[in-house]
Amino acid sequence: MQTSTPFMVDVLGSIDLPPQHTMSEASLPNHVQPFRMGRAQQWGVWLILLILLWSLSRVDLSWARFVLGLEGAGKFVERMFPPVFDPRAELVKGLWETLQIAVLASAAGVVLSLPMGLLAARNLMPASVTWVARFIITLCRTFHPVIVAIVFVKAVGFGVLAGILALTVASVGFLGKLFAEAIEEVSMKQVEAVRATGASFANVLGFAIIPQVLFRFIGFIAYEVDSNLRNSTMVGIVGAGGMGGTLFAAFQRFDYDFVLGMVLCIMALIVLGEALQLLVKKVFGQ
Amino acid sequence: MSTRLELRGLGKSYVPGKPVLHQIDLCFDTPTLTAIIGPSGTGKSTLIRCINRLVEPSQGDIWLDGVSLGQLNAEGLRQARARIGMVFQEYNLVERLSVMENLLTGVLGHTPAWRAWLRRFAPEDIDRAWQTLGLVGLQDFVNARADSLSGGQRQRVGIARAVMQSPALMLADEPTSSLDPKTSADIMDLLKQVGQQRSIPVIVNMHDVALAKRCADRIIGMHQGHVVYDGPAHLLSDADLNTIYGGRSWLD
Repeated sequence: MQTSTPFMVDVLGSIDLPPQHTMSEASLPNHVQPFRMGRAQQWGVWLILLILLWSLSRVDLSWARFVLGLEGAGKFVERMFPPVFDPRAELVKGLWETLQIAVLASAAGVVLSLPMGLLAARNLMPASVTWVARFIITLCRTFHPVIVAIVFVKAVGFGVLAGILALTVASVGFLGKLFAEAIEEVSMKQVEAVRATGASFANVLGFAIIPQVLFRFIGFIAYEVDSNLRNSTMVGIVGAGGMGGTLFAAFQRFDYDFVLGMVLCIMALIVLGEALQLLVKKVFGQ
Repeated sequence: MSTRLELRGLGKSYVPGKPVLHQIDLCFDTPTLTAIIGPSGTGKSTLIRCINRLVEPSQGDIWLDGVSLGQLNAEGLRQARARIGMVFQEYNLVERLSVMENLLTGVLGHTPAWRAWLRRFAPEDIDRAWQTLGLVGLQDFVNARADSLSGGQRQRVGIARAVMQSPALMLADEPTSSLDPKTSADIMDLLKQVGQQRSIPVIVNMHDVALAKRCADRIIGMHQGHVVYDGPAHLLSDADLNTIYGGRSWLD
């Protein structure tokens, strides 16, 4: 019975041997203690702990301050209930704008990203072309959408247009990269076979590339719509239209119950986006 | 009249100074099945791929019915490729497309992109695709996705795709290496049948010497990038095989 007991190995690396196999720790060969941390890793852990403690000591965080904060938080939460969905017009306008920004920015992003992703694919395009395309895509991804939104608000004025433009840029940065990577991962054997039939580049694209990437592209696009829904509530804060602006204004007025109402609506919208993504996955799963 | 394919002084080096193919001179002008045999890494695949310029030759030229393939521009090369059917070792079907769509890939050479993208192929091409499906015995799988087929079925689709090109020449790069012996023989018979029906030369890379001797009319033996045997299949002797593969223990 005892001999069939498997060796018990705990996370620290010591081993519980079955009784009849007792031997001194020193006589164990080194490789029986496989989970020992290396010297460098041990130093790393100590260093991280030290940095944590040091930063804690520099922040002026006292127990009294913490209790004060808790009180404020309690009042804040208290004033949020019950949630209010008025003024209705403001709420509906904000939601509608958010939806507009998300959908239109995603659509424009897809239209721009398709050629951009193709041009950036290193298995189909010469290096000079992919270099330029990759530079543009990276540029689009360099700044957070909110920063880009500020620029567009300055350029085209307050409102939905600035939000759409900002999120279009973000979408190109994201989708362009994903599209290019998906195209680079296609099986070149299938491409070679279609090329060997004398097909033109457009036909190779239609019959060898697209069939291999289509479903992945649809998945990426669904994800991007979802991501734009969330981001479009953000860009409103800097005046680029959508729910964010309304939310920010309500905060300024201390209308916390309306804030909660809006937050609930935004959550509903996000859940809707999630459901859409699931639906897309189900329909185009294969 | 059968197609005439000529390789003149064909050479290829992937790395400068290390040629894989040396000065290959060959002529194919009868509607026969030619098997190219030789050890792995001896340049058989490179030779086949040089013919339709999937691999760019380094020296020499290929002449197909009096046209020099090496000199062609992109458009000319497309037209030339459309006349050369090719079958691959790993079938190279577009896996997510249906069997019918894979067959119609064979007519992409003369189908404008907008028609192909909308799947609005010419009715005569679709009729021909049905006939070709009958030829390879896969009518029941017309709507099946290519990746749902077995190896033998996939290779049949691969051959059907090449037949759809109405080729003047058929190339096959180790078409049976991933298949069991029975299916391999069936596939070789099918290739031979296609060549006879269309009266065109068929050139096949092979590993299986016994199968090559049985199916091929002519055998070309290669060793380290040189042609060391070129003659009728029934005249291939053990001495020739020794020159091609080296050593003799595997013959016993």
